[in-house]
Amino acid sequence: MTQILQLDGLSKAFGAVTVADSLSYALNEGEALGVLGPNGAGKTSMFNLITGTLQPNSGRITFAGEDITSHSAARRSRSGIARSFQVPQPFTHMTVFENAMVAATQSAGLRRHEAERLCIDVLEQTELLDKANDRAGGLTLLNRKRLELTRALCAKPRLLLLDEIAGGLTEAECTSLIATIKSIHASGVSIIWIEHVVHALMAVVERLIVIDFGKKIAEGAPKSIMESPEVQEIYLGIEADA
Amino acid sequence: MDLVNAVVQGTLLGGLYALFAAGLSLIFGVMRLVNIAHGDLIVLAAYLGLTTTAALGVHPLVALIVVVPAMAGIGYVLQRAVLNHTLGDDILPPLLVTFGLSVIIQNALLEGYSADPQKMDAGALETASVALGPLSLGVLPLLTFAFAIAVIAGLQWVFYRTPLGRAFRATSDNQDIAQLMGLNKRHVFGMAMALALAVTAVAGILLGIRTSFDPSVGGGRLIFGFEAVIIGGLGNLWGTLVGGVILGVAQTVGATINPGWQLLAGHIAFLVILAVRPNGLFPRISG
Repeated sequence: MTQILQLDGLSKAFGAVTVADSLSYALNEGEALGVLGPNGAGKTSMFNLITGTLQPNSGRITFAGEDITSHSAARRSRSGIARSFQVPQPFTHMTVFENAMVAATQSAGLRRHEAERLCIDVLEQTELLDKANDRAGGLTLLNRKRLELTRALCAKPRLLLLDEIAGGLTEAECTSLIATIKSIHASGVSIIWIEHVVHALMAVVERLIVIDFGKKIAEGAPKSIMESPEVQEIYLGIEADA
Repeated sequence: MDLVNAVVQGTLLGGLYALFAAGLSLIFGVMRLVNIAHGDLIVLAAYLGLTTTAALGVHPLVALIVVVPAMAGIGYVLQRAVLNHTLGDDILPPLLVTFGLSVIIQNALLEGYSADPQKMDAGALETASVALGPLSLGVLPLLTFAFAIAVIAGLQWVFYRTPLGRAFRATSDNQDIAQLMGLNKRHVFGMAMALALAVTAVAGILLGIRTSFDPSVGGGRLIFGFEAVIIGGLGNLWGTLVGGVILGVAQTVGATINPGWQLLAGHIAFLVILAVRPNGLFPRISG
């Protein structure tokens, strides 16, 4: 198994707030990894570090055998890292199709006709094709989430980072999302998925890590992790808060 | 009859103002940069045209072949080397830096070309006219208006029909996300400034054929450009053309009433529209 992504001793702090504390783990090519942790544990910051939106204070990120720690966000995107946002952030003044085309032409670097074909295929897969000419700013939450996934897929990623994409969906919507993500995974794309909807996560991922205060506190097979005392404590805590 | 004539001449003059304004509008739209040096860049283009016509002995309109790519190149380098470093959450640094740039360009032009008024010689084109009923329309103003429509239609096409335009709009919409989609915003901004200064080159050459110019006239062109953009509504290119026309008509009608009122009438029209429609006549729909 070759490694697609490796984090080595990644640290980042904003003043006294630590969002990553010597974070290290590796992801194999084609693997799906789930990430659990309480709110504010540094999960989204970890994605920001991987995509290049945040620069670490120390540590190294290796993607596909190359040290990308100093690469810009745009360059990382072109080399095959794509993400979705927990709070969808479409280009609101552009149509759904144009949103997808930005990713297909700029990130994946496709020419016009190939890009259009890819966008149509992906929009069909994410069930947004009938909304292709709607302005992205006017979409409902579910469709905005679908657009997040669409845009990430149109970038033809080797590594897909999903940030709480199942949150706020109904049971039926969630089931169809799981099917979509499974088929993306089956096509060979490596996935890291942050999710509070645990059953969705368990249906897809092969391994789980747990993060708290920017530190990896547990790692292993999904079932054994879910039964570990740390996770029980954290998630009982969340249940109580909710 | 005088009034009809004034309205028609003013409309054609508005084409020139729209050309002053289009680059300004484009830059503000893509990167929220207010370019105080825009007027001086128009004058710089006029001087580049002057030098080109003198050195090659060509017609000023032929000089566009040299001046448009030259200004585009200057725009790209200027953006990547200087202006990109001023962009951020604070809007003050770009204002200060482009103000400084304005001073530098004016003084460099004074040093290089002296303060004497200059004019480009376009030969018979300057005085040629066509009769339209009782009106006599100058060929140069007609040509200027045609250039304005062609430039704005061209920009519109770039914005809505090309990958570069998609990159402009995506970056304008959300810079951070655009970067995550593989767009290098420094390059995108450089391309936007290159395109804006290519338009500025056209404006500068047409200005230099129409009237005499000296290094100090940039400020006035900046004001006309600003007023056209604001009247038309920020971020709307066709609105900018309408804004230019309204400004041009107000000026020529004002001048018909009293020759001293030309500029005043334009500014009053601007203030009235600003008071009644603070977002301009055709603001871009936001949401």
